[in-house]
Amino acid sequence: MATSTTQPRAGRRLPDSPRDPRRVGFSQTLGRWDVKVSPYLYISPFFILFALTGLFPLAYTAYVSVYDWHLLGGQGDFVGFDNFAFVFQEPNFWKGLRNTFSIFLLSTIPQLMIAIVLAALLDANLRARTFWRMGVLVPYVVAPVAVSLIFGKVFADQSGLANAVLGFFGVDPIKWHGAVLPSHFAVATMVNFRWTGYNTLILLAAMQAVPRELYEAAVIDGATRVRQFFSITIPQIRPTLIFVVITSTIGGLQIFDEPRMFDQLGQGGPGRQWMTVTMYIYELGFGNSKSFGRAAAVAWVLFLIILAVGMLNFWLTRRIASESTPKEPRRKKVKR
Amino acid sequence: MRKTTRKAWALAAGVTSIALVATACSSSDDAGEGDETADGGNITLTVATFNEFGYTDEMFDRYEAENPGITIEQKVAATSNEARENLNTRLAAGSGTSDIEAIEVDWLPELLQYPDYFEDLSSPDVEGRWLDWKVAQATTPDGKLIGYGTDIGPEGIAYRADLFEAAGLPSDREAVAELFGGDSATWEGFFEVGKQYTSTTGKPFFDSASAIYQGMVNQEEAAYEDPDTGDVIALDNPRIEEMYTQVTTAAVTDNLSAHFSQWSDDWTNSFQTDGFAVMLAPGWMLGVIEGNAAGVTGWDLADVFPGGSGNWGGSFLTVPTQGANVEAAKDLAAWLTAPEQQIEAFQNKGTFPSQVEALESDEIKSATNEFFNNAPVGEILANRALDVVVPFKGPQYFTIQDAISNAIVEVDVNGADPAAQWQTFVGVVEGLG
Repeated sequence: MATSTTQPRAGRRLPDSPRDPRRVGFSQTLGRWDVKVSPYLYISPFFILFALTGLFPLAYTAYVSVYDWHLLGGQGDFVGFDNFAFVFQEPNFWKGLRNTFSIFLLSTIPQLMIAIVLAALLDANLRARTFWRMGVLVPYVVAPVAVSLIFGKVFADQSGLANAVLGFFGVDPIKWHGAVLPSHFAVATMVNFRWTGYNTLILLAAMQAVPRELYEAAVIDGATRVRQFFSITIPQIRPTLIFVVITSTIGGLQIFDEPRMFDQLGQGGPGRQWMTVTMYIYELGFGNSKSFGRAAAVAWVLFLIILAVGMLNFWLTRRIASESTPKEPRRKKVKR
Repeated sequence: MRKTTRKAWALAAGVTSIALVATACSSSDDAGEGDETADGGNITLTVATFNEFGYTDEMFDRYEAENPGITIEQKVAATSNEARENLNTRLAAGSGTSDIEAIEVDWLPELLQYPDYFEDLSSPDVEGRWLDWKVAQATTPDGKLIGYGTDIGPEGIAYRADLFEAAGLPSDREAVAELFGGDSATWEGFFEVGKQYTSTTGKPFFDSASAIYQGMVNQEEAAYEDPDTGDVIALDNPRIEEMYTQVTTAAVTDNLSAHFSQWSDDWTNSFQTDGFAVMLAPGWMLGVIEGNAAGVTGWDLADVFPGGSGNWGGSFLTVPTQGANVEAAKDLAAWLTAPEQQIEAFQNKGTFPSQVEALESDEIKSATNEFFNNAPVGEILANRALDVVVPFKGPQYFTIQDAISNAIVEVDVNGADPAAQWQTFVGVVEGLG
């Protein structure tokens, strides 16, 4: 806002200057610079930091990925796309990809749904509101490693709480650490435990910014709570919803702590049942093969995948949310 | 106008980044200055170990009292895998290693390829301190010693006397040693006893198939790699597949295994629930058993091992060159691995010393362990250390061992098909490059 109001003024002065050059003092020049430059200066710390910690590593990773590069031995020969070719024919890479997507879907979708519902409940007039609101954030404060330790015990194959409870209902023990899908479910549970509250609070903040008049109008029109939720709340929090979907996509595809801490060895299971792509990167770079080149290649592939899925989600959320928005005002107008 | 903006922007960016770089540099300079204060000032030495090394705070306090100005911090990683990854990461990053880093013999070979990361520890003061083969393991071809030996892992058989008795088997340790075959004990005999136990009680005999395999493979002189050429021979060596078949048959077909993956939560918990009756127990494992089985009675240690004797593990203390106080760290490492301290570590956690003088000492020979029914553990392990075969472990050893142990865990714990898992292992070995 500040720039848009001041800029035209500076523009108006501009045509004057060639006519009367002597009048332009240094202070005026400074003032002009101030107007032109300072906005960029103010936002520059972010971009400089981003360039140092985001852009540079990204480019450097691309550079490393085309070399034979050993963790301890350092840079080797230029190998072109050999590293990429190698990882594409590794079964573990595909396992990692499968696990990542499976855990991502198992965690992100239920997590966002629960978060929206929870936020809607917290948005209602509750007693001890702050208590409940802070309550949902408590799991987020617990360190992920502690979460993993606790859930590791809960989901222990033979002596865990989860199987004991299932046994009580006559269900056969599930191999949480042995079978593919149960292990994904267990890991996703940890992720959901940690992130649901966080997303709830963000969505709650968005919901509170929704004008109350809309709800009043809806109540007068006789809309039920459920109808209000779908026709007012969801369309109104669309930008926030898009933000939350994108961030959880990025986070979900990069999941590392929880699966790594799911057992003591941290390899993602003896048959790589729950090894995600990020864990695979770690294993390539810092595990037995210590090949930074291959790890960098996978890192780049993961980057492209996240970009693609992120864009797909952006498009989807926009579509889903915008389909319902135009309907809302139209109906209201008709009724009035 | 546009140009000005861009220039100014560039200038601002430049100034800021220089400032950032400058601060980054100055902070690392501070860290580097530690070297000069090594003689007089206060320095902190960090010691990174894993599992149980038997070093106690009292030992460190004593060293601090004898060497004013030195503060020691101990960092303990839960597993040797974790410690290894930590060390690799920090060596590569060029900073962040502890002043003394403990390493295990299994991943020593890969570090021996890059000896420049470590200080040469050879010194006349410590000549002849260890068993010759222990020193040879940590010495590079050109004679650089990168680690001081701490413990070795001669193995006995730890068993639950009460569970043996309930199964109608002999339970005192001499009789159990005879039961397993005494001096001519074999793996076949070991599994035979297991079948007797399991058929009478219906309970699992040993804890984990991959642990049993560890014991077996550590008796092979050249398991996975040719000592002369360094070539990978894991698939050409018929013994590997034989052992794999033998151990998976015993674990799954004969159902002798409790189907645990060692170090898992289930495994840890099972010590409290009589999960199994027998474990292969190198010296350092005694401390682990005692810790996990706190409050459980009946554990004992038999002076016998299938195939005669075996060494499982054993560690070294290294001093990474990137440390700020390498000289002080060397002194501390030498002190910690001196016979006196290793005897104490043995008394604390059962880590069996690799020092010649310690092995001959009365403290070791007369050492008994109350938890293991007052078994003369020192004498037993010293007997077991007599004919230890020193396996050759090259740079690929850890990777291959990891792959086959994963295959065995899949079969043993998760009920996978042994043949399919063997093929997976073959795939991993063939993909080594």
